[in-house]
Amino acid sequence: MELKTRLSFNKKKLEISALVCGRRCLAAACYLGGLSILFTKTIISILTNFVRRKLVMEQLNKVGVNSILIVFLVTIFTGVVIALQSAYALKQFEAALYIPSMVALSVTRELGPVLTALIIAGKVGASMTAELGTMKVTEQIDALESLASDPVNYLVVPRFFALLIAVPILTIYGDFIGILGGYIVGVTKLNIGSHMYINLTINSLVCKDVMTGLIKSVFFAMAIAIVSCYEGMKAAGGAEGVGRSTTMSVVMSFISILSLDVFFTVLFYFVFP
Amino acid sequence: MIELKKINKDFQNSKVLNDCSLTINKGETMVIIGCSGVGKSVLLKHIIGILRPDSGDVIVDGQSVPHLRDRDLNKLRLEIGMLFQGAALFDSLTVGENVGFLLKEHSSATDELVEKRVKESLAMVGLRGIESLMPVSLSGGMKKRVGLARAICSQDLKIILYDEPTTGLDPIMADAINNLIISLHDKLNITSVAVTHDMNSAYKIADRIAMLYKGKIIAIGTPQEIKKTKNPFVKQFIAGDAHGPITEHLAVES
Repeated sequence: MELKTRLSFNKKKLEISALVCGRRCLAAACYLGGLSILFTKTIISILTNFVRRKLVMEQLNKVGVNSILIVFLVTIFTGVVIALQSAYALKQFEAALYIPSMVALSVTRELGPVLTALIIAGKVGASMTAELGTMKVTEQIDALESLASDPVNYLVVPRFFALLIAVPILTIYGDFIGILGGYIVGVTKLNIGSHMYINLTINSLVCKDVMTGLIKSVFFAMAIAIVSCYEGMKAAGGAEGVGRSTTMSVVMSFISILSLDVFFTVLFYFVFP
Repeated sequence: MIELKKINKDFQNSKVLNDCSLTINKGETMVIIGCSGVGKSVLLKHIIGILRPDSGDVIVDGQSVPHLRDRDLNKLRLEIGMLFQGAALFDSLTVGENVGFLLKEHSSATDELVEKRVKESLAMVGLRGIESLMPVSLSGGMKKRVGLARAICSQDLKIILYDEPTTGLDPIMADAINNLIISLHDKLNITSVAVTHDMNSAYKIADRIAMLYKGKIIAIGTPQEIKKTKNPFVKQFIAGDAHGPITEHLAVES
């Protein structure tokens, strides 16, 4: 009797778990569907309508110019840290001369694009979501529609374009500053000559290293733009809802960036070695 | 003419509109009354195509709004102005840019012509010289007026939708907005639909009043007919009585 009760209890527990799991899968599918629809609408809008240059320039200022300092700080610190950590490992093998190439490769192929994208997602993506979310809950997006304007064309396309232009440029800038961080450590603390450090860096880098980072950064930019705008445009429930959407936007952007990074790293490693 | 045919709309398993039907004649001012959260704004957003019904149809000037393609819907929207509950002015634009938004985006009018039209629209709502101000520096009443100026700035205006035009305003400002709605109706000879729970406003501006309750229109008539109604739900609502069938139903449901 007791066994029967326990079995039926376990069955019920299993049913509830399956239901919860099913609902979460459905919600994830709906979320991905929503992102895909917004992405498609954005591309169609770019192809069929004119792009508002003034709005793109405004967004470029917010996305690009205002992010220069934070990208500088994060990437220079990263360059310094990579140089010091590699020195710790490589000095044991008398291989300190490999430090410049180690810094250059890790910054251009991986850390430059990923860190820049994460900074932009946290700083710019969050502010885009908060701005669009506030517009949504105060009916400004409805007002835009009532004035015969397409919110995707007016709000999403300029942000999408601005990120698409600014993120790769910031990535190149971040790569350069990261290498500079390594250079400062190499020349001042590890006794590698300035000329030698620069030569070793240039010799270790090939065009493909920089290009893989740049290709990644283009996709990161698209992911940040679509996730941030999607979260903003579906915000509901007043200030609390906007806060929730902003948090979700940062979390989902980070997940998207890191997933895309794994995907492209694997792709470049195995398919285009 | 605006015709709502058996509209159904659900939000997160909650039925907001339930086989709701209503006809609004050309040139009349229809006021839709009802308790807060009953779906009045939702109804209004169906007319301008911001929301699409789950089933049913919305006919505006002989066109089925839910079935229009985006381009045709936007063409229709040029003939419809809407005043939102909180005015919904664009924060990042000045008052002048807000009011002239439609002309700037959808007409070939020169900057001088847009500027002239913006001035005229603002003058119609009793505002002058505030074109360069940002919405954040305006009072609630001024925001409503600017929202109204934006709604009437279109050159082809045939319909105006007002979402709670007097809510949150002091009685004097509320009456000024009512007078504005009446004078706009008389001057422009357009069809007006207003949703409100302010009965003074409803009696003053309406040609006909309809009451929305539980997703349906439960009563419709001229202000005089509504005042004399025997429907207990309408009676309780227009009297503003805390006791009656509406509150009893709410208590049972909760």
